Amino acid sequence: MSLYFTKDHEWIDVQGDLATVGISDHAQHALGDIVFAEAPTPGRQLKKGEEAAVVESVKAASDVYAPVSGEVIEANAALGDDPSIVNQHPQSEGWFFKLRLSDPSELDGLMDEAAYTDWIKTL
Amino acid sequence: MDPDTISTLPLDDWHRRQGARMVPFAGYSMPVQYEGIIAEHLWTRSSAGLFDVSHMGQLAVHGSGVDRALEALLPGDLLGLKDGRLRYSLLLDDSGGIVDDLMATRRGDHFYVVVNGATKAADIDYLRQRLPAGIVVDHMKEQALLALQGPRAAEMLEPLAPGVSELVFMQGGAFTLAGQRAWISRSGYTGEDGFEISVAASAAEAVADTLLAGELVKPIGLGARDSLRLEAGLPLYGHDLDRQTTPIMADLGFAVSKRRRVDGGFAGAARILGEIDQGPLLRRIGFTLDGRQPVREGARVLDGEGSEIGRVTSGGFSPSLGQPIGMAYVATAAAVAGGPLTLEQRGKLFTATAVPMPFVPHRYHRKGN
Repeated sequence: MSLYFTKDHEWIDVQGDLATVGISDHAQHALGDIVFAEAPTPGRQLKKGEEAAVVESVKAASDVYAPVSGEVIEANAALGDDPSIVNQHPQSEGWFFKLRLSDPSELDGLMDEAAYTDWIKTL
Repeated sequence: MDPDTISTLPLDDWHRRQGARMVPFAGYSMPVQYEGIIAEHLWTRSSAGLFDVSHMGQLAVHGSGVDRALEALLPGDLLGLKDGRLRYSLLLDDSGGIVDDLMATRRGDHFYVVVNGATKAADIDYLRQRLPAGIVVDHMKEQALLALQGPRAAEMLEPLAPGVSELVFMQGGAFTLAGQRAWISRSGYTGEDGFEISVAASAAEAVADTLLAGELVKPIGLGARDSLRLEAGLPLYGHDLDRQTTPIMADLGFAVSKRRRVDGGFAGAARILGEIDQGPLLRRIGFTLDGRQPVREGARVLDGEGSEIGRVTSGGFSPSLGQPIGMAYVATAAAVAGGPLTLEQRGKLFTATAVPMPFVPHRYHRKGN
């Protein structure tokens, strides 16, 4: 498995041609208390960079973008019951959706965890 | 906003030491949250929260006949306001549009007026232009303003400023707090019992430390201030109120005092008295939503045919109720409590219910309770 990050603060955990997507700990911290999260419907074809999910904090709404292209194969149903899991466990139980990658070469442009950690220090 | 124009509050260092996340707001770097908006919100509803509202404009308006002079611009009864009493009022333009909302206190020979932070410079200009020569508007730049809000605020503040618990809602007085001279009023904008405390900026840290020393008080940021005032059904200038809205549209008819309804004589009176008589075209209402997704400011309100009949002016998630709530202006015919409303946000439709405000009951300390 490999873990990548985007400059929009999504993470993507890739195993073979399957990937799990969520938002980073940095992102959940910046958003504050999350009160609503909506993942994309399974079967939806996402293009890299497309708006895929919505996350709302008490104060504001934000989009979650597809880090790479692919077909949504599962949405995290737990987000509907308790969106605060994104605050508590952003990089595990608070995942948003799973994708089947259509173009794994798109991963090349993403950051690994060390690069992302360094990059957010510059923000 | 240009970062060069951002000013710092007297408590800037203090907020940072308390772990605040600072954001630009109304020209100042302000604390938006400390531990988290929901926790701070619920703390204020159950104990006592300390807010720094020093960005707001504190004015002293002096001069012979100051009450009558201010009445030319405001629809409140200031002539009948007793010493040490506050009134919520509105600064109006000649077409009845709201220039700002404010609190006016008769304080001996002058009026102490607190206006919004983002509008204070324009308000001062407007007052100076419109008030007669001989009425002086003094911007009290050397004063900080703190708010202590919540059901345990009075028990917490009484030992520090003996006598404050005898104040009733919308009454103020001079006290000594932490060895500092303070003007304390029983007022606020959260729907809770509580106090607003004006002290010299140089004393603000000492006062804030004293207030925070007990177990009952936590510092609260702007984020929770906004969700608290929304639950309390209180409009926010620049969002729910502006020059396109009148007091009657804004459902603030109570701010047009009885005597003024008869006598008129305030800016925009012809239009406002006409709206009292015939009803406004649009009216501010509250709404609730099922589910968890908030509908925010700017969303459209639609009728059954999909035509726009209004706009959402404040929307968010109510931490106390655990559901989304908001305020909107809608065509008066559609402003029926209990009625369904269709809202459109980013192409998605939501079914809302118009409800009476406040969403969470006020707990002001009125006479006899």
